[in-house]
Amino acid sequence: MIRVQLPAQLRTLARAPDEVTLPVQREATQRSVLDALEACYPMLRGTIRDHISQQRRPFLRVFACGKDLSQEPPDAPLPDSVASGAEPLLIVGSVAGG
Amino acid sequence: MSAVRVLVGTRKGAFVLTSDAVRDRWEIAGPHFSGWEIFHLKGSPADSDRLYASQYSAWFGQLIQRSNDGGRTWAAVGNSFQYDGAPGMHEWYDGTPHPWEFKRVWHLEPSLSDPDTIYAGVEDAALFRSTDGGQTWEEFSGLRGHGTGPRWQPGAGGMCLHTILLDPHQPDRMFVAISAAGVFRTDDAGRTWRPVNHGLKSQYIPDPNAEVGHCVHRIATHRSGRGALFMQKHWDVMRSDDAGLSWHEISGNLPTDFGFAIEVHAHEPDTVYVVPITSDAEHFPPEGRLRVYRSRAGGYEWEPLTEGLPQRHCYVNVPREAMAVDALDACGVYFGTSGGQVYVSANGGDSWALIVRDLPAVLSVEVQTLP
Repeated sequence: MIRVQLPAQLRTLARAPDEVTLPVQREATQRSVLDALEACYPMLRGTIRDHISQQRRPFLRVFACGKDLSQEPPDAPLPDSVASGAEPLLIVGSVAGG
Repeated sequence: MSAVRVLVGTRKGAFVLTSDAVRDRWEIAGPHFSGWEIFHLKGSPADSDRLYASQYSAWFGQLIQRSNDGGRTWAAVGNSFQYDGAPGMHEWYDGTPHPWEFKRVWHLEPSLSDPDTIYAGVEDAALFRSTDGGQTWEEFSGLRGHGTGPRWQPGAGGMCLHTILLDPHQPDRMFVAISAAGVFRTDDAGRTWRPVNHGLKSQYIPDPNAEVGHCVHRIATHRSGRGALFMQKHWDVMRSDDAGLSWHEISGNLPTDFGFAIEVHAHEPDTVYVVPITSDAEHFPPEGRLRVYRSRAGGYEWEPLTEGLPQRHCYVNVPREAMAVDALDACGVYFGTSGGQVYVSANGGDSWALIVRDLPAVLSVEVQTLP
């Protein structure tokens, strides 16, 4: 199981807890985790990555293990500690006012 | 006894204001979707409990929410708006070509007869429709593709399709308005479109009389569909008596003909309301006095309505979507401001009262008249 923490607005939208745990059957990558997340919470489709391009939305970042993974390719393996569930994957709204 | 439900979209959530027909005591529910921009909410004329809302965030993009119980509970529905085919190019602010990119939904217009059918006006300008209660959306690509699309350009707020008028007597006829392109009409249920902007003059485009390129802020007509069309343009208040084929100016004795909102009385097709705004650079009322102007003569003569409105130090704006009327015998008129106020007049504009004073900046106001 992979642990994911979402921004407050998306937790409210999905009626999800502070941290969600997801079964990911494939290799743990940003793409496979987001696929699993959207399968569990369909209302999140289009909110983290664009419907058509599947690109991460520009004001969102992806952190794990104290590192910024936002620019990593979507199919790059996530750190072992995220894949094992020891550490969460953090989806974070950029600090951009508002 | 009848009642009214006022649907208010703001920069940080949606609010539902309800009252009986007297309209002097209000219950305020919200914020719904706290922290999100709610560009527009509107109820179905065919089922007053069916509401739709456009929910947007620069971080998380566009969502559409639907309520089946008059706004007490909501559920997200489909939010995939894909242009039909290759999106193509429009004109950018500097005149260079720029690709069409979906950004957000400005306006939701439920069908007059089917609660599951709804139209969406989006930025970059296009018209979509859902026939399954908002789950899936399909573009009317004949609008973008009719030929003038490459000459459309964004206004200051973006290149948005912000107004959709459905004709209750001719179901195949529809009008849309786009900033900055103009007004377009279909007579075959959205398959084909044509610009209907003859008579508009805009000094901010190379040919002031061009077929397209006009920054139309809002169009309105009587709910019967039998009256004239009225327009608040970037500058100029206009009228058309031939379904948009020709327009003429009716700014007359208004203190300024810049503004955003325009609305028509529920029972008097020639009674029109506008809120004059100082200029395109000064989005506040002239002299800091908030005045609604009413014409009972089809726009040919205007009177200021000030009772109950601040007449000193008032520097708010009234956005294009933020004025509406109810259908009670004594027609109620409503508007919201960038300062978070929502005003009501229960007597056609003769006097005004605050419903609520300190909401986030108001983006849209719609009214449902309930049995």
